[in-house]
Amino acid sequence: MSVRHALLALLTEGSKYGLQLRQEFEARTGEVWPLNVGQVYTTLQRLEREGHVESHENERDGAQKRFRITAAGERELDRWLRTPPSAAPPPRDELVIKVQVALRLPGVDVRDILQVHRRHLVEEMQRYTHLKAEAAADDVGLGLVVDAELFRLEAVVHWLDAADVRLRRLPAVPPVPAGADGTRRAPRHQPAKPAPARTAGSRS
Amino acid sequence: MTAVDGRDIWTDAMSPVLSLRQVSKVYGSGATAVPALREADLVVDAGELVAIMGPSGSGKSTLLTIAGTIEEPTSGEVYVCGADVAALSADAQARLRRRSIGFVFQDLNLLAGLSAAENVALPLELDGVRARVARVAAMRLLDELGLADRAGYFPDDLSGGERQRVAIARAVIGERRLLLADEPTGALDSTNGEAVIRLLRSACRRGVAGVLVTHDAQLASWADRVVFIRDGRIVDQTGPATGPEALLAQDVI
Repeated sequence: MSVRHALLALLTEGSKYGLQLRQEFEARTGEVWPLNVGQVYTTLQRLEREGHVESHENERDGAQKRFRITAAGERELDRWLRTPPSAAPPPRDELVIKVQVALRLPGVDVRDILQVHRRHLVEEMQRYTHLKAEAAADDVGLGLVVDAELFRLEAVVHWLDAADVRLRRLPAVPPVPAGADGTRRAPRHQPAKPAPARTAGSRS
Repeated sequence: MTAVDGRDIWTDAMSPVLSLRQVSKVYGSGATAVPALREADLVVDAGELVAIMGPSGSGKSTLLTIAGTIEEPTSGEVYVCGADVAALSADAQARLRRRSIGFVFQDLNLLAGLSAAENVALPLELDGVRARVARVAAMRLLDELGLADRAGYFPDDLSGGERQRVAIARAVIGERRLLLADEPTGALDSTNGEAVIRLLRSACRRGVAGVLVTHDAQLASWADRVVFIRDGRIVDQTGPATGPEALLAQDVI
């Protein structure tokens, strides 16, 4: 997320104070992406050094600085809007590594590991969806941010589902020779134990 | 919504709307027996929307048809609105289904020869409510769903999203207390899908108990609680809802 360009975009509407920029940034992203004041001012200083914004003290407002976008800043914003975002994947996906490790560990039910992560992801999705459900229908800023997070999380759930299908195709108990100490490795994916789900007898 | 005459005597407002206890379902027998559902426990209260999430063949649709009293379990108990379904006569089961349970399926089962309003009014008319009264109730619901100007249209003349909204109106008309939905947004685009799930959710907010069966994580995430099913077994469920503050506490930038 480019905070720099988001701030430049807000300044195309007219000159603004630092605190005002922070409030407007958060309001337009549905307060899903909080921004600290320090981050706003550091970014503004950098933009000023680069000649993309200029500031002037307002006599009436005392110490508060107002910021204004420059012509160079407007060109930079236009260039950024048209530049494709970096599609390079992060070098190592932590979840993929966890599942790879689980596959090799004796006594670990990989499908249970997949389910734990699926639940975490769906709980995270519930929080975003509930945010969207409570928001005003015309809150486009919030809808855009929340949908982006939901599609990203959903893609990970899809990966877990695909991993589940791959594991299902494995033989139920891989032929593992007895170890030197005579112990055998536990099957990789035995049927999971029923979860401590809310039952008829233990309703809250 | 319009009141239906003759409240069922077994309706108990205090008990959960749906309760499955150790419900199992086996199709076939002997060597060819296929277990579809194994010892499922599930309780759904009024006002609650629960999603059942699992891959195809995991038993989620079987669970829904048993909850809807369309199929009988091989073992276990099913309580709907406080009534032990197995103890009811076939007539009483049919009455429970007609009056208390609303179904929304992917293939909507709207009758092509009836208008939108007639489709919505149908469950009340089947239950002996006078046609005029049923029609007024249907019109009021269609109006709520933004379909007042489509009341006279036949299903073939409606868009996919409109047909699905009509199907939901038909599912919630009267005093239904349990709403069962199987992939209700199946063929819809995301905007229409969201409109449909918002309707289901608001029906639950008004006190209906909802069960939504889906493989779609985004759809499931609208529910208050998501129950995960795998190989016929309920294996996990999401924790109690936390507010959006939990998102702000994290560094999500």
